[in-house]
Amino acid sequence: MASRDHDRPAEAAAPGVRVAAVCLVVLACVAPLFCSSYHLFQLTLVVVYSIALLGLNLLTGYGGQISLGHGAFYGIGAYTTGILMQHAGMPYWLTIPCAGAVCLVLGFLFGLPAVRLEGLHLALATFALGVVFPQILKTRGIERITGGVQGITLAKIEPPFGLAISPDQWLYCVALATALVLFVAARNLTRSHTGRVIVAIRDRPVAASSVGVDTARYKSLTFGLSAMYTGIAGALGALVVQFVGPDSFGVFLSISLLVGVVVGGLASISGAVYGALFIQFIPNVADDVSKAAPSAIYGVVLVLSVYLMPRGVAGLVRRLTGALVARLNARASGHHAAPVSPATPVTQTKEGS
Amino acid sequence: MSLLAVDGLSAGYGRGNVLHGVALEVGAGGVSVVLGANGAGKTTLLRAICGMVAREGHVAFDGRRVDRLATAEIARLGVAHVPEGRGTFTNLTTEENLRLGAYRRDRSELEASFARVYRYFPRLAERRRQQAGTLSGGEQQMLAIARAVMSRPSLILLDEPSFGLAPLVVEELYRIMKDINAGERVGILLVEQNAAIALDLADRVYLFEVGRVVLSGPPSKLRSDESLRRAYLGY
Amino acid sequence: MEALLHQVFAGLASGAVYASLALALVMIYRVTHFVNFAQGELALCSTYVAWAMVNAGVPYWLAFVATLGMSFAMGVLVERVVIRPATRAPALSVVIVYIGLMVILNSVAGWVFGYTTHAFPSPFPEEPLFGNHYLGSHEIGTIGVTFAMLGVLYAFFRFTSLGLALRAVADNPESSRLVGIRVERMLALGWGLAAAVGAVAGMMIAPIVFLDPSMMAGVMLYAFAAALLGGIDSPGGAVAGGFTVGILENLVGTYVVGTELKLTTALALIVGVLIFRPAGLFGQPSAARV
Repeated sequence: MASRDHDRPAEAAAPGVRVAAVCLVVLACVAPLFCSSYHLFQLTLVVVYSIALLGLNLLTGYGGQISLGHGAFYGIGAYTTGILMQHAGMPYWLTIPCAGAVCLVLGFLFGLPAVRLEGLHLALATFALGVVFPQILKTRGIERITGGVQGITLAKIEPPFGLAISPDQWLYCVALATALVLFVAARNLTRSHTGRVIVAIRDRPVAASSVGVDTARYKSLTFGLSAMYTGIAGALGALVVQFVGPDSFGVFLSISLLVGVVVGGLASISGAVYGALFIQFIPNVADDVSKAAPSAIYGVVLVLSVYLMPRGVAGLVRRLTGALVARLNARASGHHAAPVSPATPVTQTKEGS
Repeated sequence: MSLLAVDGLSAGYGRGNVLHGVALEVGAGGVSVVLGANGAGKTTLLRAICGMVAREGHVAFDGRRVDRLATAEIARLGVAHVPEGRGTFTNLTTEENLRLGAYRRDRSELEASFARVYRYFPRLAERRRQQAGTLSGGEQQMLAIARAVMSRPSLILLDEPSFGLAPLVVEELYRIMKDINAGERVGILLVEQNAAIALDLADRVYLFEVGRVVLSGPPSKLRSDESLRRAYLGY
Repeated sequence: MEALLHQVFAGLASGAVYASLALALVMIYRVTHFVNFAQGELALCSTYVAWAMVNAGVPYWLAFVATLGMSFAMGVLVERVVIRPATRAPALSVVIVYIGLMVILNSVAGWVFGYTTHAFPSPFPEEPLFGNHYLGSHEIGTIGVTFAMLGVLYAFFRFTSLGLALRAVADNPESSRLVGIRVERMLALGWGLAAAVGAVAGMMIAPIVFLDPSMMAGVMLYAFAAALLGGIDSPGGAVAGGFTVGILENLVGTYVVGTELKLTTALALIVGVLIFRPAGLFGQPSAARV
């Protein structure tokens, strides 16, 4: 296993990957026309989780900082929506940016002291956050706002302007639109100067600071952005599920998010989608086996993916499409060279690289 | 049959090789000295012999191939490596460091080994309960060598023992090493930058440059060549 | 006053459990430089095995000793099969392996033994010793067993050559190889010992918190806090940290914030220590060469 083998953010996605991405987006857009209400519900959750995973990936994959407590940020976003709708009568679409803002600030604040922590210390601190968040939600003192153990139930969202689509379809569209905006923003971020700085801090923190980069500020910023994404996902998730309760946002969620990021592929935008598919559908399948199965499968997948699939599904896809493109190239150049000069050996350079 | 026979040894830390086809020998009870400037690969040579870096080639200790063995196995065969930087167990006491040196040997020999080592290095006896990390540089070097002696090895590999030490301390150290070489009948492969004092101990010299042996022979060979003598011995 | 003393002593008893787990964490950290996130779940599995034996009619202390042996073996097995292949992976991946292990062990426990809560027997009598008002017998027993175990461990590390070899590996693995120590075997030994220590802790706390798959989660948070407080590389610090956390938990829980926020206090403690004194109270601040 290669050590220090981090992904560099893909400079230019291979043409194959780009085509695949476009196809995926088109498919996603037309899905609501074909799916049943229940499947659409599940797909919406996949979209929601992919946003959350994108957030965690910004922190863990690109930023190199581990978080075992992102379930808390998801929960904060969800509860922001719930509380604002329940107690402030705010329209649902306004709560989403509010949740994002709240999580951006809280994430940044948590990140400020957390920047001094590395690796295991950070893992422990975020783990503590993830464990404690449900406890805080249940405290007697703020029960009036949070709804205590019972949580908050949300009303169903109706499509606006009397559009002739079902609420499920509308919600899916909202989630998808948000996701597309956020994905494009994330891609631009990773390719921007800021994105490069973040990766530089991940790979060579000492070198980065010695050229004058304020690593603390960037790390807190990464935390804040990551929390914001996950918080927005939480807000959307709350709208989809129509319920927020303290036990939904505990350790299991934090670990699920981590699983999603690892399985999907660290430091990969597309990985968020693969990971979301995984964490949404595996529990469904596994639950039929036994109550313990989803966790068991998660654990085994986590361990195996480190050994077998260190770059996640996204890495696997990239390798396969890369090999495919290489083979197509080689075939194309092979067709060209043969009629020109059969005497000179055709040097097949790219084959199998 | 020589105690240590190295042939065609190449080694490196990843991308490129640091050693290129090195060949050298240590006779039974003899002292071979490897001289060379910084970065020539002398430390890598010793590490390669002990299996601490990826290597290929032929290394035989006492007639037995060791180039595929793990470091701990090579140590158990009777090769004691005093590494660059001394490799002291800094959080343990002097006595515990020495006790660890005798790890591969029988408990019954322990007392006798302690006695011998304290005879060579009386200063360590005074400091036996002291935490090893608080010893002075010279004392830590002594401790490192003493630790090697505790294992009653057949071959000692020494990596720049004079490094960072005052001249008087270095003299004392080499005096003791001469005693050890004679008294323990142990072969020594010595890597040094300080050529002058090392040559007095040596019966074979190897000049190292950029991972290759460029000269080998008895010390007189180095002394008789004027340009080499000037370069390595300064006169 | 009596109530206060009772809380302090009760804190000592739970503190003994935290101290044991923190010690196990420190033991593994010292030789591998990683925190064993799976420590609690390993202890959980051991406790379940002990429970199964006692339920089947095996006398308590026999089950206790058998569990120790089995836990040791499990620790060695886990190190060989799961942890060792990951030694060359980047740090983040290793952390993920530990977490995966934690999840697997927890779900195996749930799958094999079910999710209903069970009572776990205590080997100590029901009536308080000498009719005292401060400590139940189980609590005294816990403290006693823990100190006995600490004593055995201390003697092992201080006076045996195997213990010395383990300390050497923690101090300088490369030099350990140079003196002929097979470092891989020492790592397995360290894991085995840590697993056995965890088993003792699990068997001591189970009678108090009752046995179910979520038993160790809260306990481990305190153990992590204790290990960090004492310095993640300091065994003495871990023990001191454990007792401190135990007493603080009880006092804070009773007099300051109530039981609901006890765990939150642990979070605040952890984050606070990590920020202001990352090396902990007894640990050594480490400097890295640039």
